[in-house]
Amino acid sequence: MAKFQGVDYFDLDDVLEDDEILVRNTVREFVEDKVIPIIEKHNRESTFPKELIPIIGELGLIGSTLPEKYGCAGMNNVAYGLVMQELERGDSGIRSFASVQGALVMYPIYTFGTEEQREHWLPKLASGEKIGCFGLTEPDYGSNPSGMKTRAEKKGDRYILNGAKMWITNGTIADVAVVWAKLDGEIRGFLVEKGTKGFSAPEMKGKHSLRASVTSELVLEDCEIPEENLLPESGGLKSPLMCLNQARYGIAWGVLGAAMACYHTALDYSQTRIQFDKPIGSFQLIQEKLTHMVTEITKGQLLCWKLGRMKDAGTLKHTQVSMAKRNNCYHALEIARMSREILGANGILDEYPVMRHAANLESVKTYEGTHEIHTLIIGQDVTGIAAFT
Amino acid sequence: MKIAVCVSHVPDTETKVKIGSDGKTIDTSGVNYILNPYDEFAVEEALKIREKDGGEVVAVSLGEDANKETLRKALAMGIDKAVLLKDEHERDSYAVAKGIAEYLKSYEPDLIFVGKQSIDYDNLQVGGLIAEFLGLPSVSVAVKLEYADGKLKAEREIEGAHEHVEVTLPCVVAAQRGLNEPRYPSLKGIMQAKKKPIEEIEAAQAESRVKVLGMKKPPEKQPGKIVGEGVDAVPELVRLLREEAKVI
Repeated sequence: MAKFQGVDYFDLDDVLEDDEILVRNTVREFVEDKVIPIIEKHNRESTFPKELIPIIGELGLIGSTLPEKYGCAGMNNVAYGLVMQELERGDSGIRSFASVQGALVMYPIYTFGTEEQREHWLPKLASGEKIGCFGLTEPDYGSNPSGMKTRAEKKGDRYILNGAKMWITNGTIADVAVVWAKLDGEIRGFLVEKGTKGFSAPEMKGKHSLRASVTSELVLEDCEIPEENLLPESGGLKSPLMCLNQARYGIAWGVLGAAMACYHTALDYSQTRIQFDKPIGSFQLIQEKLTHMVTEITKGQLLCWKLGRMKDAGTLKHTQVSMAKRNNCYHALEIARMSREILGANGILDEYPVMRHAANLESVKTYEGTHEIHTLIIGQDVTGIAAFT
Repeated sequence: MKIAVCVSHVPDTETKVKIGSDGKTIDTSGVNYILNPYDEFAVEEALKIREKDGGEVVAVSLGEDANKETLRKALAMGIDKAVLLKDEHERDSYAVAKGIAEYLKSYEPDLIFVGKQSIDYDNLQVGGLIAEFLGLPSVSVAVKLEYADGKLKAEREIEGAHEHVEVTLPCVVAAQRGLNEPRYPSLKGIMQAKKKPIEEIEAAQAESRVKVLGMKKPPEKQPGKIVGEGVDAVPELVRLLREEAKVI
């Protein structure tokens, strides 16, 4: 198959800075060399490629928008988005790893933590020496996290945590969990370290999606943590939602990478697969699909590019992030399915990446705010009437 | 130790080359440019020596403003400073080497690295020419280097074998694939590269000695011919190879 050269139908490179392009090309090269050759095996065996963590850390792909003084790259949000895009061209699981670590662990420690907490955790998380996870969702509280049952109780100079979290990326391999629990009725963030008595993180098995990523439960049974593990500036549901907003931003970019991988595969296949004595790309029904795919990718790119510039300018609204996440996930999944159709029976084989991406995107469409919840967030924004509470 | 690495800005290996309307140059529209892959080995080796023995590494590129993109990548990989020798005109290998050598006379490096060839015109000449202009020894197609006590031991690829050589510094080394595995520029490196200046100097004038008269694509490949199957087809195949293809 021809080497992936990016998808840039609207000359978007023109509106990117040189260093943003260099970041993107570097991550693209890394994914081509180190991720794509091993990813199908990990997906088949349902294992996370832990061997990539040190290189991902060394390259600076974790928490890359945070300041240099914490060992991070201090990049802008467009460059960060391009990193997510290229990682997810490899696999949504790899992007999820970096996304969770950066947006859902480092970001809350940076935003709600003390200087000691920042200095202790951020450099180690940035380098990949330590791994983190984020525990908000519970078995009975997904789209309505405000109903969470996990509780924290102050006892002397310690907090006692009780409850259970579910669908936690990186959970089992994490050295630290950012756990959200109600303290006197208010949602607060706590740092729970691996090995703390009363804390366990069993891996969830049997996934048909995100197989090259670790997904876990977090179990807290009279789990005692020192009082300095509270994230002092966190307070209310707004705090975890601010984190999710960061992660959703990365997802909006990331899924474009998965979509590009599928489009690239389908385009190449359509030019080389011969039926009725000609390449299938010469048939109108195939051309219609390819046109739809490249158009939706291009629209998604434009959304993300503007989203990134607004995020850097500080003018971004969370409803705009919802729109980009919702739209891009929806179309990335649609593109993956179309790509599978163009590849016919070959599309189901793991010789091609499309079925893996399609399966992954089913999760990505649902996590960090389902397609439906984002629909209602925008619905509320435009009508002024909430369809949910 | 002062090390200079000569880097060239070339079309990506995946480029489908189209000949320009003048018939003498390539059509550059829509072409992605990259740091010449062999120069990446040169950059990596220079950085490894600096990390071990200290010193400074400068990247030098001769050409247009666009070459800055390639210099930025070298800076992002960890090079200390970059120099663009400006010239908008096409130069042959002789004139490129002359321009670079003139600059290096003033920089006085202990070690000069080049890629063994640039993948655009594939002349494999610049390293040797720079050495000649500066009166220095040169080692081409180097696949292994060891530097100690002012001497450089090198392993060169030759037909079917490796040749072990030793040279004194200063010298020119042309890097071959296999010399090392070039690092990726890290995001931090890319951010730092933004702050490093690229010095711009007018390239020393030099007349090209080779004039390109025209470029032509190789003829379209003709479809193959199946002369039969199994042992029975062998005599006919041999006859065609001898009489038609005239290769045996």
